[in-house]
Amino acid sequence: MKTIQKLLLGLGAGLLLIGCGNNSKDGSSGAMASSNAEKVYVAPGEHDEFYAFLSGGYSGNLTVYGLPSGRMFKEIPVFSQFPTNGYGYSEETKAMLNTSFGFVPWGDAHHPDISQTNGELDGRWVFINENNTPRIARISLETFETEEIIEIPNSAGNHASSFVTENTEYIVAGTRFAVPNPQRDMPIDEMKGEFKGPLSFISIDQEHGHMNLDFQLNMPGFNYDLAHPGRDKSHGWFFFTSYNTEEAHSMMEVNASQNDKDFIAAVNWQKIAEYVENGGGTKVAGTYAHNTYDESTMTATTEMKEGVISVDPRNVEGAVYYMPVPKSPHGLDVDPSGQYIIGNGKLSTQLSVYSFDKMMKAIEDKDYDGDAYGIPILSFESVLEGVVDSGGLGPLHTEFDGKGYGYTTFFISSEVVKWKIGTWEVIDRLPTYYSVGHLTIPGGNSRKPFGKYMFSMNKITKDRYLPTGPELEHSAQLYDITGDKMELLLDFPTHGEPHYAAAIPAELIKSKSKKYYELEENNHKYAAKSEADTRVERNGNEVHIYATTVRSHFAPDNIEGIKVGDKVYFHITNLEQDFDVPHGFAMIGANTSEILVMPGQTKTITWEPKREGVWPFYCTDFCSALHQEMQGYVRVSAKNSNTKLRWSLDDEWKE
Amino acid sequence: MKTLIKFTSIVLLGMLIACGGNGEKKEKDQIKVGQKSSTEKKSEPKKQSGTEISAEDALANIGIGPIKSVDVGEGINKEMATRGEKVYNNLCTACHKMEKKFVGPSLGGVTERRSPEWIMNMIMNPEEMIKKDPIAKQLLVESNMAVMANQNVSEEDTRAILEYFREYDKTH
Repeated sequence: MKTIQKLLLGLGAGLLLIGCGNNSKDGSSGAMASSNAEKVYVAPGEHDEFYAFLSGGYSGNLTVYGLPSGRMFKEIPVFSQFPTNGYGYSEETKAMLNTSFGFVPWGDAHHPDISQTNGELDGRWVFINENNTPRIARISLETFETEEIIEIPNSAGNHASSFVTENTEYIVAGTRFAVPNPQRDMPIDEMKGEFKGPLSFISIDQEHGHMNLDFQLNMPGFNYDLAHPGRDKSHGWFFFTSYNTEEAHSMMEVNASQNDKDFIAAVNWQKIAEYVENGGGTKVAGTYAHNTYDESTMTATTEMKEGVISVDPRNVEGAVYYMPVPKSPHGLDVDPSGQYIIGNGKLSTQLSVYSFDKMMKAIEDKDYDGDAYGIPILSFESVLEGVVDSGGLGPLHTEFDGKGYGYTTFFISSEVVKWKIGTWEVIDRLPTYYSVGHLTIPGGNSRKPFGKYMFSMNKITKDRYLPTGPELEHSAQLYDITGDKMELLLDFPTHGEPHYAAAIPAELIKSKSKKYYELEENNHKYAAKSEADTRVERNGNEVHIYATTVRSHFAPDNIEGIKVGDKVYFHITNLEQDFDVPHGFAMIGANTSEILVMPGQTKTITWEPKREGVWPFYCTDFCSALHQEMQGYVRVSAKNSNTKLRWSLDDEWKE
Repeated sequence: MKTLIKFTSIVLLGMLIACGGNGEKKEKDQIKVGQKSSTEKKSEPKKQSGTEISAEDALANIGIGPIKSVDVGEGINKEMATRGEKVYNNLCTACHKMEKKFVGPSLGGVTERRSPEWIMNMIMNPEEMIKKDPIAKQLLVESNMAVMANQNVSEEDTRAILEYFREYDKTH
């Protein structure tokens, strides 16, 4: 409350000052602070101008924020179990976390990217990669739910992912930890020349967004770290940074930084896709789970797939080249015109800017400077367009504002540097607090950036907020980038580690956001679409309870004849048909989680009663004035008892 | 939060009073609080709310919402009534029965008590109705403050539900 009062006072003061004609940006710091407060102030009940989707890093999830306010709206569970709504616990969603290694309840999410049409954000889906057990997820921007997860076989450290080509033809997934391909038992120190770094291309069905692992380019065993598709004139190409061209296997922080230069791989994916379409490549082993959530049945299923088309890059003429880049590069970005490819040597002070035209010319002239495992290396001098020499240390990532400027983060010197495309001169620099990783401008990696705000995602928080013990959430900082000089507007805490984020104007998606699920379209196998359909069925020691919720009771709310040793399935259908009327369900002693059931939805959670007695269940989401009354009882009898299976609501018993 | 807790406490208290009525027939009930007032309440529930609305006034009330007038005609559109029954069964029966008060009022005879417009507005615009319409406000109190849920029923389906109610009332 006090903060709000202060904020209001501050705002009042700011308005007064402005009212007096003090519009100068060079005014006192007090005036500046209050005008910055106005820039991020979204009045109660008003909506933000942008959605931002921040990776949750080791939380495995994706968080949704508003800009400019920095308010968090939602955490979307993706790769991790989420007891808040039962994702990964409920019978319907457990399959989403299946992999070829079995059920994996956790993931390390990294790089969200929004689908595009003609190189512009189209707001259909957001994709995000999982680094540890290589996977790519697709999240619907209508339901804000994870609809599909595909595992990437033969890969490890799925980091150069999940970037979207400009008509969402492909999502790419690189391999950051070179591994034997196919996997086999072999001495680690014999890796050189034996390990591979496959780059996976996942095609997208334009109608439903379904992902299909089209092919893997079986590249030499370097560490493919980040990637960016070509835009506009360079559409059809994909660029990947790689490090550890030394192919070291131990003490990497020293041994993988020996070479003066590593490589950017330039891949003509259109050419390879055509090659594959015409029967090119060989089918190799590779087991992977493909998990799909069906909105109609509200149920996810896993298809375990076998085999993938592998392409040897040397077999497709003119499709794959290496370009030298200063040692141990990290980020790689392409400007909105597609002409400039920016490689950030994270141990250098400079950005290397490559020209697409020069690259094409060098390819035509066969201007090579050797080869790596048979892949031509283009001569550095002939492809380099310029360098941004900012004096900053540790350049990582670049985004663009669509007005002719690039913005690059520097991790070691903890700053964002604004520079001009073409002249490569530094225009401005501002510190970040502290140790910035990625930065995001809405649409800032597309053909059409919305260059109003930029936010940095910082790795170290330290003293930016009230201390919360040794473990801190990460911090983001929002900057106004409409003027020549950047202006720091706001700090806001993030959840997990937001490696990268994708942001989009709210107008492009907010009207499509689903409000509730139509009961008539609910095709869940265990739905009870009215109280008349509610029932309890026993099948051996499995008991299926078809129950409904409405403000504020369960039907049935009394159940008898459950026995110790049963496996009880509560199939809960929420009969509400209005926006924001979820009901929750929790059962004492359940070894799963609660579930939150959206209006019109059916969800299932299991319970294995261990002790005789009468055990309550209740609604976990405060749904109405009579929410506290939204409860019921299950009578649990001994394993061999003769208690009759029956159920009731309002003492009308059925059996 | 505090307001909510207070509110819930009042509702809970109300429930205790209402439940007291069963105390006489069930020997097991050891709590015999407020039996006197609950008996009075049971016999004359309407006096508790303080406002008395005559049957004519009730039928003249068209409620508040998108429906300003409905032409119901004399006969029953059978097809419409069948659709109405289906929608009613799917979206309404969790809280309403035709033959008894459940969470909300019993709906048998509703077309004799309320205007067709009022019925449709209550279905389509319940949030505003329970705040502003005198009958709806009274019903909310009688329903133990259980709000009428907006089930986002289309005008066409709402009209069909009305037709089902009319058919029901003509045949029962």
